[in-house]
Amino acid sequence: MQAVNIMTNTEWIEVGTLEDIPKLGARVVSTPEGDIAVFRTADDEVFALRDACPHKGGPLSQGIVHGKRVSCPLHDWKIQLDSGKAVAPDEGCAASFPVKLEGEKLFISTVPNEGCPNK
Amino acid sequence: MKEKLVVVGNGMAGIRAVEELLKLDPQMYDITVFGNEPHGNYNRIMLSPVLAGEKTIDDIMLNDLQWYDDNGIVLQAGKAVVDIDRRARKVVADDGTVAPYDRLLLATGSLPFIIPLPGHDLPGVISFRDIKDVDTMLDASKKYKHAVVIGGGLLGLEAANGLMSQGMKVTVLHLMDTLMERQMDSIAGKMLKKSLQDKGMQVLLQASTKEIIGSDRVKGVLLEDGRELTADIVVMAVGIRPNIELAKKTHLHCERGVVVNDTMQTFDPRIYAVGECVEHRHQTYGLVAPLFEQARVCANHLAQHGIGRYEGSVTSTKLKVTGIDLFSAGNFSGDDDTEELVFQDAARGVYRKLVVKDNKVEGTVMFGDTIDSSWYFDLMRDETDISDLRDSILFGQAHLGDAGHGDDNRVALMADTVEICGCNGVSKGEIVDAISSKKLFTLEEVRAHTKASSSCGSCTGLVEALLSHTMGGDYSTAPHLKPMCGCTEHPHDDVREAIREHKLLSVHDVMQTMNWDTPDGCSKCRPALNYYLLCAWPEEYHDDYQSRFINERAHANIQKDATYSVIPRMWGGGTTPDELRAIADVADEYDVKTVHVTGGQRIALYGLKKCELPGVWKKLSDAGMVSGHAYGKALRTVKTCVGKEWCRFGTQDSTHLGVELEKMTWGSWTPHKFKMAVSGCPRNCAEATIKDLGVVCVDSGYEIHIAGNGGVKVRATDLLCNVATEAEVLEYCAAYMQLYREQAHYLERTAPWIERVGLTYVKQHVVEDEAERKSLMERFLISQKAVQVDPWTERAEGKDEHEFTVLKQVG
Repeated sequence: MQAVNIMTNTEWIEVGTLEDIPKLGARVVSTPEGDIAVFRTADDEVFALRDACPHKGGPLSQGIVHGKRVSCPLHDWKIQLDSGKAVAPDEGCAASFPVKLEGEKLFISTVPNEGCPNK
Repeated sequence: MKEKLVVVGNGMAGIRAVEELLKLDPQMYDITVFGNEPHGNYNRIMLSPVLAGEKTIDDIMLNDLQWYDDNGIVLQAGKAVVDIDRRARKVVADDGTVAPYDRLLLATGSLPFIIPLPGHDLPGVISFRDIKDVDTMLDASKKYKHAVVIGGGLLGLEAANGLMSQGMKVTVLHLMDTLMERQMDSIAGKMLKKSLQDKGMQVLLQASTKEIIGSDRVKGVLLEDGRELTADIVVMAVGIRPNIELAKKTHLHCERGVVVNDTMQTFDPRIYAVGECVEHRHQTYGLVAPLFEQARVCANHLAQHGIGRYEGSVTSTKLKVTGIDLFSAGNFSGDDDTEELVFQDAARGVYRKLVVKDNKVEGTVMFGDTIDSSWYFDLMRDETDISDLRDSILFGQAHLGDAGHGDDNRVALMADTVEICGCNGVSKGEIVDAISSKKLFTLEEVRAHTKASSSCGSCTGLVEALLSHTMGGDYSTAPHLKPMCGCTEHPHDDVREAIREHKLLSVHDVMQTMNWDTPDGCSKCRPALNYYLLCAWPEEYHDDYQSRFINERAHANIQKDATYSVIPRMWGGGTTPDELRAIADVADEYDVKTVHVTGGQRIALYGLKKCELPGVWKKLSDAGMVSGHAYGKALRTVKTCVGKEWCRFGTQDSTHLGVELEKMTWGSWTPHKFKMAVSGCPRNCAEATIKDLGVVCVDSGYEIHIAGNGGVKVRATDLLCNVATEAEVLEYCAAYMQLYREQAHYLERTAPWIERVGLTYVKQHVVEDEAERKSLMERFLISQKAVQVDPWTERAEGKDEHEFTVLKQVG
């Protein structure tokens, strides 16, 4: 199912339900532009980031989720789920993507948010 | 309305407390800071390098004025607080400024001690305490030639070294017959004196000053014995005393310092005190690590978390003089009840002394090569029994050689380009730069900023040495018991005890019961807690899937390109044509890029996509193979030689024993990876003496060796005992593994574990106490019942399907 929000021109793609993602875990949405990691926090907030750590491209979807952060499985960089930014003192970012929940249904956009040069 | 916090003192301790408080709760207080000096907050420790011309004032600013603005803090710089009205709860400054408080933090620091000699108030006579003193000295060094430093302690020698670097001719006068006698014994003192003289410093011992000469400015110094020295500037560095005038004036209880309790409160509970002005359990401190610990506890209490307590610190001393490595800590002089272990090599300029009492290190003095200072300091703080180490302790921890940097240990003499961290390619220069420019104080901070020693950790000693060398006299290592991670105050052992005592059954329960600072921990503590829980409650605990590192969730090893490797178990290193055929078929079918024989006698398939794993496992499982757990903090392999079945030298059936050991132990989770080997004779082809547990077969039976390591730091095993039968080997192995499982910290291999607890301890539990051994074995076997289910077969049949499938394929 695809729907276009006229106000923002965001193209929402339904990717599944909240329950498909384990709490404090992540799943991958595979797109032609690359994988997107969709995270769920302990209090059921959902975030989507390009599945590539700004450090060496590690798959963030495979990391341990804690608070609103994920630790990259390769070298333990911490990435903020809401902004995609690396936690200081590390520097860099992973692109973040719009996410919305309608009831249990989960939608993401494959057009990244502004603010991170890594697409 | 927000409560008001007033801080008296804009130095390192006071501002550190404010920083810690802001981290915990930035909105809780309106904060006002009073400071005598007209600057922001700077790193007082680094005044010596500024004087020596190695740094500028800008380099050592910790918080500039902007920082106070950004955090909504009112800085009253250049205003000295002269009175506290405790009844009305307000402070008054010398210019009449009044600030009301709900809580008050005193961080007034210390004052230099000035000997009231005739002439002590002449222009040109100064102390060495703040930026103003440094400016005076730098200024003098441009106009004048001769400097006299009174006091041959830490501060005096650093001042003298700095003035010398500025081109002055410097004489140090010291009352005692040994330099730094409060930190050094006479041998190290003599070596130090020689090194300083070689650098061009003049040192006069047992030199008592009678008078400072001059009329409108200092001209010289007259000694009691009649000698007269020319001096254009005199630096008095004979000691410091806590600055408690304000506290006394307001009738707070003071001894040598302002007396505080374990939450850093004075006798007036609204008034806290931290830093050099404080006396805690009859101790005063002048080093940075204890002050920071105090600041953390104080902030914790101010934020009403109220769980932290300061219980005092063990401190150590280093001298910040370029090219001179010295270190001392604890009771280094010894007394009638202590003994000394001494290593002295005059030609190399190396001296090490350990003062030992009841087989515990009480103190140490080191000169020349101080790389092992942090190890000795740890042994001292942890009160480790060193009876097992006595024959080698003086040669240091690294005497077997660390992978990556051999035995090149003298950080002071290293060129800036020398690579310190071989894993992350970090040089000495980069680390020193980061410590200075980014104002780093702790090992953890250096790791975060430079990545040095954050991977394999073999260069930790070198990084600590660099840290103390760069920070000099005021660096001392982490608090007595290290917390598990940044999420909690509690060290590993306390957490494990609480899990057992309160019967905590989930990661969440532990965090709640033990007041975790974060809602759901971090990538350090969660896997550790999950392990501690499953070890404590093997039959009841439900494994916390999301607290496992990816390798243990995916039951395969993640590689740098996000593919995985698969290593099936080969019992005791044995395989069959059918198994090899199945592996070959899988490799063909999945187009495996690399097939590699591992160091643990198995075959690894590299480059598999995650979604392919269940299919791969199905094929391997159909051929009778199971997971090799090569991805886990778990029993890995049991390496064997072929033993007496084939080998003409073999004494026992080592292959059979290896298979039996692996059948008993496979699937077990351990604090870190656990490797075994069985060699059929003392030629030891299976390299059993660098394994976590190694068996060497001999004609009369079996030698059981433990706690070896072939990795980062090579460590040959210690002999645990000899036994006669295979059944006994299994029993000792199970008991030893269970003791390690129950006692070691998460991610602590057997080698560092045994160096921490001592071989004797393990022998007592596993060898000497039969009942204990049997009960350890029983607990091990109980926990094995729950885990000896092949994870690959389960997942080939559909378990954890979400782990191996994408949520959605778009486009």
